[in-house]
Amino acid sequence: MTNEKSLTIDGFRVGIDGAKNLLEVIRKAHIELPTFCYHSELSVYGACRLCMVEVEGRGLVTACTTTPEAGMKVKTQTSEVRELRKMNIELLLASGNHDCPTCGKSGSCKLQSLAERLGVDKVRFKAPVEQKPLDLTSPSLVRDPNKCVLCGDCVRFCSEIQGIGVLDFTHRGSQSTVAPAFNKGLAEVDCVACGQCAAVCPVGAILVKTEVERAYAAIQDPKKTVIVQVAPAVRAAIGETFNAVNDTFTMGRIVSALRRLGFDKVYDTSFSADLTIWEEATEFVNRKQNGGKLPLFTSCCPAWVKMAEHDFPEILDHLSTCRSPQQMFGSVAKDVLPKELGIAREDLVVVSIMPCTAKKFEAARDEFKTQGSPDVDLVLTTQELARMIQDAGIQFPELPVDSLDQPFGTKTGAGVIFANSGGVTEAVIRYAAGRLGEDHPVIEEVRAEQNRREFVLPTPDGEIRMAVVHGLAKAKELVQEIKAGTSQVEFIEVMACPGGCIGGAGQPVTHSAQTRRRRTQVIRDVDTTHDLHCSQQNHVIKELYKERLGAPNSPEAHRLLHTHYHSRKRIEGAGIALSEFTGEVKIPVSVCIGTACHLRGAQDLLKRILKHVDDADLVDRFDIKATFCMESCDRGPTVRVNGHVLRRATFEMVRDTLASAAAGALPAVEACDDCVHA
Amino acid sequence: MLTAELEAPQIARQFTSVLRILEAFHHDSSKLVPILQAVQEEYRYLPEEVMTFVATALDIPPARVFGVATFYSHFALEPKGKYVVRICDGTACHVKGSQDIVDALTERLKLPKGKKTTPDMLFTLETVSCLGACGLAPAVVINEDVHGQMDAERTRALIDQICVEEGQ
Repeated sequence: MTNEKSLTIDGFRVGIDGAKNLLEVIRKAHIELPTFCYHSELSVYGACRLCMVEVEGRGLVTACTTTPEAGMKVKTQTSEVRELRKMNIELLLASGNHDCPTCGKSGSCKLQSLAERLGVDKVRFKAPVEQKPLDLTSPSLVRDPNKCVLCGDCVRFCSEIQGIGVLDFTHRGSQSTVAPAFNKGLAEVDCVACGQCAAVCPVGAILVKTEVERAYAAIQDPKKTVIVQVAPAVRAAIGETFNAVNDTFTMGRIVSALRRLGFDKVYDTSFSADLTIWEEATEFVNRKQNGGKLPLFTSCCPAWVKMAEHDFPEILDHLSTCRSPQQMFGSVAKDVLPKELGIAREDLVVVSIMPCTAKKFEAARDEFKTQGSPDVDLVLTTQELARMIQDAGIQFPELPVDSLDQPFGTKTGAGVIFANSGGVTEAVIRYAAGRLGEDHPVIEEVRAEQNRREFVLPTPDGEIRMAVVHGLAKAKELVQEIKAGTSQVEFIEVMACPGGCIGGAGQPVTHSAQTRRRRTQVIRDVDTTHDLHCSQQNHVIKELYKERLGAPNSPEAHRLLHTHYHSRKRIEGAGIALSEFTGEVKIPVSVCIGTACHLRGAQDLLKRILKHVDDADLVDRFDIKATFCMESCDRGPTVRVNGHVLRRATFEMVRDTLASAAAGALPAVEACDDCVHA
Repeated sequence: MLTAELEAPQIARQFTSVLRILEAFHHDSSKLVPILQAVQEEYRYLPEEVMTFVATALDIPPARVFGVATFYSHFALEPKGKYVVRICDGTACHVKGSQDIVDALTERLKLPKGKKTTPDMLFTLETVSCLGACGLAPAVVINEDVHGQMDAERTRALIDQICVEEGQ
């Protein structure tokens, strides 16, 4: 290369070309230095020490934290460097439980592959004997601290890309671990179950919680009819597990494999994605025409929904009430199929194949149960399906293709592109244009790669400002702008995972942006080669409205296809006692000081209540407690007196309630949420 | 909360102090360490809920507060006793038999295995790496008072004396 700014790597001249760090220059020179903690989209951390190289005049440095300078002489393969790398791997192998054959990450584990690649054939150090307990609380993920190599990838992904920060380092030195706050379980904190921590984890310290055995049990049960829906993103990635990425007929082989595994019917979630578009586009138009709440956020991504419930209770009525395609499918299938197949509802088992770990959490939500039984019984990720196929010995790439079952195998390209970031928006645009009898406009930004993009859709009635974001930190940024009044967008698509669902944590493990690009292109190709591109062309859905639902957003459509959201506490925990413990029975008073109430002045309110109780000599009568969240954040500050909930509480309100409670005029109730004194 | 039962009259005051501490540091999350130090002054340890509250007020994840609180050995996550007994186990004190003192006190205080604080919340027994008082080795500090050239017997006597003062 003749680049002015260049350096030499192992004697070869390489241009710097604006690379951020030495590691990138070295990789550009086709030398794949090993790393655990380096991800181009995350901040540089320099913890794993695997990218050590020798720079003349400086000695050993970590390439990821070194700024490339012209004229540097870099050696990547000296004996010292090689020894160090091997030693690092050896120490890591001795740092915990790295028993490969029984680990869920075996085959896609970086520690395993590096040990092999660097020829680490013995471990001279003893592994620690003490086993730390596993975290099994989450419906989506399993955390095994015994396998953690402390690279911090999960910590940085959760805080930098998702803007949450569920995990962090705790303790110090040899006691260091990565854990949620106060060593709680993932289900006890504000984890949104996106699973990207598991996706970036180079080892098996965070894994997708598997439900494969439950799936087998349902299939083996002769009383059950087991049907399966396959999400659009699955077809773009499953081939990676079988070295069959360039297969044009992946979907046909998925259908074929599912039938061989024993599923009775195979359907496509793209069908209910089309249905989502009918409902959501109608909802948007109604809100716009009738002065409803705008902007409208999409609600297909369960991780985003959960984040909004934890962090932004005040915008929950801006979320589309549409259920996600997975849940629309479950609801419709359990409503329609039992009659059609002549079976009882409880004998119909709906399984989903999803690219997503949060879908496991979504399927278990109470809102998506009909008389206590879930609409979607169990969710398998792409990874789990691949494992079932391998387990059964099915030779995936060689399978003859098969076609989906009807009626719910019918889709348009618009339902398929849901898998890509921008896909829902593009499908909405196509639907809107189709309703207006126009060709759908192609807006370049919808398909761009940046994690936040905004554009204007021209319509006969004026413009619609739209935004597409992926990565929840970007969603957070946008919500804050909307709250501050600096953003005028009206329609916002949010996907938690990089690139949308194709980058979901349930997909085969990849650490490469190139792989995500390939998956995005596969989805586009499926759409392009499909005959139909607009959701309103889906004739099964037309039929469904005619026979069953009436019209989009009708009461029946609302019953089956829409939902509601509720605010959620961010962390489980007891409150802070603020009253003397005297052994006497006192009237309980809790004042919420959780985030939303805090922002609405709960602190000041609490101070005034404490002062009032003290001044009015009521200290002996009340047992005052500061609590974290009563999950009615949208109407905070919340105060509970003797079980009665006061919402939008003011000091005067609380003072009067305390007076009547002290006078015995406020009988105790079980913490009821209905008796609102707002 | 155990302290709730023992420190009853102080409780509301403690919490109001936390509010004051947060205000004094302008809710600045980069001041997390001094904020936690001040909070610990109030509570003598860092109660979980108070850490959650501090995280909420500073708009940072509770996991980060927990991470910082567990990193520094200065921060205590469990309530400490009224008397904190620190036995120096630095090199000089160790050589001069500090382990005997630790063993003797563990037995005298009937500390359950793995516990540092007596069930009556009167004593907490800790070892520290070096108090910088090597000339006095072995050194024992009870709250603010330094006792030099200690042995098992004399340390036991100190504890007995405190128990008498406390009416036990």
